[in-house]
Amino acid sequence: MPRLVNLQPSRGGALALGVLPFLILLAAYLLGSNARLAVNPDDKLLPSFSTLAHTIHTYAFEEDTRSGQVLLWADTWASLKRLLIALGISAAIGLAAGLTIGSIPYLRAVMAPFVAAVSMIPPLAILPVLFIVAGLGEVAKIALIVIGVAPIITRDLALRAAELPAEQLIKAQTLGASSWLLSTRIILPQLWPRLIDALRLNLGCAWLFLIAAEAIASTEGLGYRIFLVRRYLAMDVILPYVAWITLLAFGTDWLLRYTRAKLFPWAEVAR
Amino acid sequence: MAAVTVKRLWKEYGEQVVLENLNLEIADREFVTIVGASGCGKTTFLRMLLGVDKPTRGQLLIDGQPVPAEPGPDRGIVFQRYSLFPHLTVLQNLLLGPQFAGSRVIGRLFGAKQRAAREKADALLEAIGLHTARDKYPAQLSGGMQQRLSIAQSVICEPKILLLDEPFGALDPGITADMHAIVLKLWAMNRMTIFMISHDIKESFQLGTRLLVFDKRRHDPQSPEAYGATVTYDIPLKRTAA
Repeated sequence: MPRLVNLQPSRGGALALGVLPFLILLAAYLLGSNARLAVNPDDKLLPSFSTLAHTIHTYAFEEDTRSGQVLLWADTWASLKRLLIALGISAAIGLAAGLTIGSIPYLRAVMAPFVAAVSMIPPLAILPVLFIVAGLGEVAKIALIVIGVAPIITRDLALRAAELPAEQLIKAQTLGASSWLLSTRIILPQLWPRLIDALRLNLGCAWLFLIAAEAIASTEGLGYRIFLVRRYLAMDVILPYVAWITLLAFGTDWLLRYTRAKLFPWAEVAR
Repeated sequence: MAAVTVKRLWKEYGEQVVLENLNLEIADREFVTIVGASGCGKTTFLRMLLGVDKPTRGQLLIDGQPVPAEPGPDRGIVFQRYSLFPHLTVLQNLLLGPQFAGSRVIGRLFGAKQRAAREKADALLEAIGLHTARDKYPAQLSGGMQQRLSIAQSVICEPKILLLDEPFGALDPGITADMHAIVLKLWAMNRMTIFMISHDIKESFQLGTRLLVFDKRRHDPQSPEAYGATVTYDIPLKRTAA
């Protein structure tokens, strides 16, 4: 009998096993929903699949009578726009600051303790400050995500830069690299894959901050909608929205991983 | 020209004496091999030539001038590991030196300059037997191939001095003969003085034109850090510069 650690599932087997927990969750939901609806046909907690399908159709394919918009797409577009702008700004700040901290000791001395302190500020605690200073518009929401994510990316990239072997940096200098060339041609290119990893790991946080900001002050967005319909216990809206957000986040994550493999094949080889 | 003069050189880290009273005259184009027990200052000596460590007292001169306080393209280095850039292919690794020299802002060459650098790089790749692997990344190469590339990467900058810090220490004994042939070939192709640290006495005798043994002359059992190492044997070897 081989050891358990040496037993490998086949490709198809692994796929089937991977689908299994999802099926179990679905079955548990169905059973629970049926049981509750049998007792009380007006139960709102676990709506039936037909109710869910009907609501999804209303939100995803029909124009809202009041605003004239198809709500799911309007919300998705509003949220994704905020998220992508914020992640783009965070990546730019993180890359620039991480590279500087990682490569120039004097600037590291100036910036590293400050960034370390800023990254410890709980972003949600200063959300009121952002709303007071920047108003209730888009700026405050984007700023919240940037404040939450950029310091983490900065520190991660600075750590990565510090991990580069000293031998490599000395070697580059013996090939005639100036500080500038060392930063731009040796350190920066080796930070790109890590930047993508950092973005992937921070996706969850970014969504958290986005939904928090939308829940408090917004007129559209996935987070706004969830918190709006919460008042009516509209689980038939909330559950599909949560599933949709999860799918979007999962898709973004997959896209980033794919981009990393395509753009930086050397980083895959070096693993 | 790259003659190295060492005059009454001491290196201390706090209380610990690493090197004491080192005196040497190394002629241009010498192939100096250095052996000695670990921790006796061989690498420290190399690091001072490289410019990343400073002598505590005494002089370390290249052609009569003090060694610059920073590494530069006149002194190449090959470490035991980590001398290559994992994000660049073999060819790109090799082109790095010419690109840095020819373009201070973007570090890339175009047109005639690029073609000249490519030709030089191609010739070197041929010489070290890596022309078929030019588009591979370092992680896809064997240890021996990586070290050959690292040596060529330094040589393409035409350094006056090439420093080798146990370059073959991590390699299979079986392939060191090939490595030796390549080092000697590159040494013959370029006018440079070579300092090579080795653990392998036989290799040191075979390759060098001069063998230095670093060791401590005096020992204080109560405080082992009190005395540093110096050159205890300085053996000129028969073979002259090729």
